[in-house]
Amino acid sequence: MKSIEPPETRYALETQDLAIYYQTFRAVKDVSLKVIPRRITAIIGPSGCGKSTVIRSFNRMNDYISGSRMEGSILFHGKNLASADIDPVMIRRKIGMVFQRPNPFPKSILENITWGARINGIKENMGQLVERSLREAALWDEVKDILNQSALSLSGGQQQRLCIARVLAVRPEIILMDEPCSALDPIATLKIEELMRTLSSTYTIIIVTHNMQQAARASDYTAFFNMDTDRAGMMVEFGITNQIFTNPRDQRTEDYITGRFG
Amino acid sequence: MTRETLDRNIQNIREEVLMLSSMVEQAMHKSASLFRSRDLVTARKVMSEDVEINGKRNAIESAVMIVMATQQPMAHDLRLLAGILEIATELERMGDYAKGIAKLVIRLGTSDYPVPYSDLEKMTELGISMLHDAITAFVKEDYKKAVRIPQEDDKVDALYDTVRQDTIDKIMAKPASAPQAQMMFAAAHNLERFADRVSNICERTVFICTGEFMEMESEDAEEDFYTEDDE
Repeated sequence: MKSIEPPETRYALETQDLAIYYQTFRAVKDVSLKVIPRRITAIIGPSGCGKSTVIRSFNRMNDYISGSRMEGSILFHGKNLASADIDPVMIRRKIGMVFQRPNPFPKSILENITWGARINGIKENMGQLVERSLREAALWDEVKDILNQSALSLSGGQQQRLCIARVLAVRPEIILMDEPCSALDPIATLKIEELMRTLSSTYTIIIVTHNMQQAARASDYTAFFNMDTDRAGMMVEFGITNQIFTNPRDQRTEDYITGRFG
Repeated sequence: MTRETLDRNIQNIREEVLMLSSMVEQAMHKSASLFRSRDLVTARKVMSEDVEINGKRNAIESAVMIVMATQQPMAHDLRLLAGILEIATELERMGDYAKGIAKLVIRLGTSDYPVPYSDLEKMTELGISMLHDAITAFVKEDYKKAVRIPQEDDKVDALYDTVRQDTIDKIMAKPASAPQAQMMFAAAHNLERFADRVSNICERTVFICTGEFMEMESEDAEEDFYTEDDE
């Protein structure tokens, strides 16, 4: 794997030789990725390259898939998130996730924010917490007068920003986004991207996207994943986004981003 | 707003173009002062500063490429970025004309050849003022103004013809002065080309604003006379 060493020495997250298995199938191998704090890192690659599997491992979402297991390490504040003695619930508070389809609870806008915060024992004044979270998610002005309406009455883009607000309510360090815009129209997509840019001054963001234009537009660093001959996903190249999209080092990256793949 | 990143990137590049233009303006200004001062230190400075002009042009090209590759600019944004690539190249070449004049003055040295100061200085003044107006029109995207600027080029061309006649007269009167006469004619040629390139910048501004290609170069009086490729 060819890579450019990022300038920072302390990483928000660092994987070392990460491999992920589903039963006996090795879905991902040899991933050594350094995630720079308060920057946006995009993971791109064709279907089946393991990008979702990798991002889901960062807050132990693969635990829900029976027979999944990890080798290697995912270092977060010196702890290995891949080890069995890690409490996934604690991790998910620090490393939140936004999914492909907006999935607000079928409750009011207000409750969507407060519910997660309550069960996580957040002490913050709930009124302040709701306003802070919605403002940070660039949704406050649109919903401040309808906080008791059902979250499902919002548009898709608004629902996705509500889901981001719900993650922000528990003050995470890292926000994982797994194809957060694939169910949204282009304008709602651009709004989410600008929101990501604003959030990256406070939070570390890792986004998986099959839309490489989105990775190009919205990220600071890009990791390109591909499927190896043994069908295991692997990281081919990691670098500054501007460099990856103007002068990639690896021919496979060049072929993928120029659409000459396969 | 949904394209803040793109808008910010474009604004930064626009400012870089302004910076490049002002570097070129200063270089030509310094060069023109050399006809009288024959200050070799300044002349060498102009020549060495051309490296910075080239570097700035390259930086603009990379910045434009990054925005094109990562931000998918469309329509006006795309025309603007493509136009900036052209304008940066024009400005870089205009910097070369300033460097060329500095080189000629170094070769002229302390020669007592009667330099047509006044015509050369007027050409410089006109060229710089045209550049200034052209860049203002570019920044403000004022294509109506951009269309008018190349008309000024006729004055530069008229002065160029005067210097050409003056050169011929001086060579006829004193054939031994031919090398110096040719140098000053070459300096005038650089100034004439400088103003021509301002017209190219104006054409680009019109293209950025309207999407139309418009030929604005005035009649090239020198073309049939002076064919040496100076690019």
